[in-house]
Amino acid sequence: MKGKVYKCGDNINTDVIFPGRYTYKNLTEEKMASHAMEDLDPEFSKKISKGDIIFAGKNFGMGSSREQAVLAIKYAGISAIVAKSFARIYFRNAINSGLPAIESPEAVDAVKNGDEVEIDLRKGVIKTPNGDFKFPPFPDKVREILDAGGLIPYVKRNIYSP
Amino acid sequence: MGRTFSEKILSEKSGTSARTGDIVMAKPDFVMSHDNSYAIAGHFKKIGLPRVKIPEKIVIILDHVVPASTVEYAENHKFIREFVREQGIESFNDINRGICHQVFVEEGFALPGALLLGSDSHTTTYGALGAFSSGIGRTEMASIWATGELWMKVPPTIKIIIEGKLPEGVYAKDIALHIIGDIGADGATYKAVEFTGSVVEGFTIASRMVLSNMAAEMGAKVGYVQADEKTLEYLKGRAKKEFNVVKSDLDAEYERVIEFDISNLVPQVAAPHTVDNVKPITELEGIKFNQGLIGTCTNGRVEDLEVAAKILRGKKVHSDVRLLVFPASWKIYIEALKKGIIETLAEAGAVIMNAGCGPCLGAHEGVIASGERAISTSNRNFKGRMGSREAEIYLASPATVAASVLEGKLTDPRKYL
Repeated sequence: MKGKVYKCGDNINTDVIFPGRYTYKNLTEEKMASHAMEDLDPEFSKKISKGDIIFAGKNFGMGSSREQAVLAIKYAGISAIVAKSFARIYFRNAINSGLPAIESPEAVDAVKNGDEVEIDLRKGVIKTPNGDFKFPPFPDKVREILDAGGLIPYVKRNIYSP
Repeated sequence: MGRTFSEKILSEKSGTSARTGDIVMAKPDFVMSHDNSYAIAGHFKKIGLPRVKIPEKIVIILDHVVPASTVEYAENHKFIREFVREQGIESFNDINRGICHQVFVEEGFALPGALLLGSDSHTTTYGALGAFSSGIGRTEMASIWATGELWMKVPPTIKIIIEGKLPEGVYAKDIALHIIGDIGADGATYKAVEFTGSVVEGFTIASRMVLSNMAAEMGAKVGYVQADEKTLEYLKGRAKKEFNVVKSDLDAEYERVIEFDISNLVPQVAAPHTVDNVKPITELEGIKFNQGLIGTCTNGRVEDLEVAAKILRGKKVHSDVRLLVFPASWKIYIEALKKGIIETLAEAGAVIMNAGCGPCLGAHEGVIASGERAISTSNRNFKGRMGSREAEIYLASPATVAASVLEGKLTDPRKYL
């Protein structure tokens, strides 16, 4: 995957990623995308293009277990999140929703907003203008979850074509 | 470099050689779900598979709202009963068994070296017997029912060493609250915690379960205690299958090692509205409240009811307050009945309830009103947790709750021991 860097800081919580006031509304994917990161950067969904990658600081996704905080970002067109670290449930929700979540503190420090970067999930490499950074590649089965678009689609696919 | 218990157990269950930070596809030994089996079955049906793949590994225990308090809950329970019959799930425990985390251990599903997953955050409790045991989401549980496996990230491990001489009036709950107050409610987020030290070794299985249960309130994924002679003794005639004790190597790499000396600890209380808002009872004495609760998956075992009975024997619950007692399981209820504990508590004026979660999560059986305060042996004091959002919850040991209901205000239990 290839895209531009959207950079943010430490402790970005699920309330700024997807505000609580929208969580119990039935919203279309498009509407959810329009509210992504709204309380951090109201222009977020307009600034990014399909394929862009978030680079964040420590403890990205802290707070509630709401899955919409992953889905809104994904529907907005973000193709992966690289962070110094993730909150536990956010990390699990991201993988289970088919959005790659990668920990690489070095890569986060190396990039700035708008840099063109490329991620190879199979090899475990993030290519940036300031050098390449390795991360432990996802095992095959987890990559299959990501490819399938999430845990439930993966399970469905696997069951019908074992 | 040696390996932690997390690295060893997740390696074995995934057939890999996993290190901290690695992601593996692991096969759990047993999986636990409770009343939320209804919702999980809904996710499972959406997958479209006619049968669960691992009926022999699925353990379902009804406990959250038992007996059903509304038609909706009754319909859920009915659906679950039909589902387990249709799917051939034999380890089904109906409303007459008790709280899932107690029943799961009592029935011998919690085993040293096992990988156990449950769709409840306090699944950490089974770590008290030396298992890698963690809470997961409902869709994740549905996918395990379908495939028998789930991806897991090997967590870094924090070692918590508890040393010193246990003072009178201080129990596992006080130590757990003290640790949470110290490291914070996010002090162990996504980490495995390994409890060790002479105090833990001296603890009963029941007291170890308090530490492992409360590990969830530090943000931990796992709250492990290395299995020893006591564990093996407890599992005799109880273990559901063979097991191997797994221990961390002496030169294993821990992310952090924290040591607590509890020799001078006084009884601890978590004040509203977070579990890490911990203060010594001496700072809170005299605060009036309305309801005391002894029970839950944290502190509803025989030793908990016993200490409460010791304090309440021959006395009366203060007329300004009420006391609810929920034994954690029906086995515990019967044992406490035979020992005269139930009689003592009832004579003191306690309302003895059935084994189950009760009002701990605010669903039924003694929720609290606006402006009321409760003191409870449970594990969470979040706003609205036990009823009204305008109520307050204090968390403490069974001894502190028992002493407090005698006086109708928060009371240091040491003067009654």
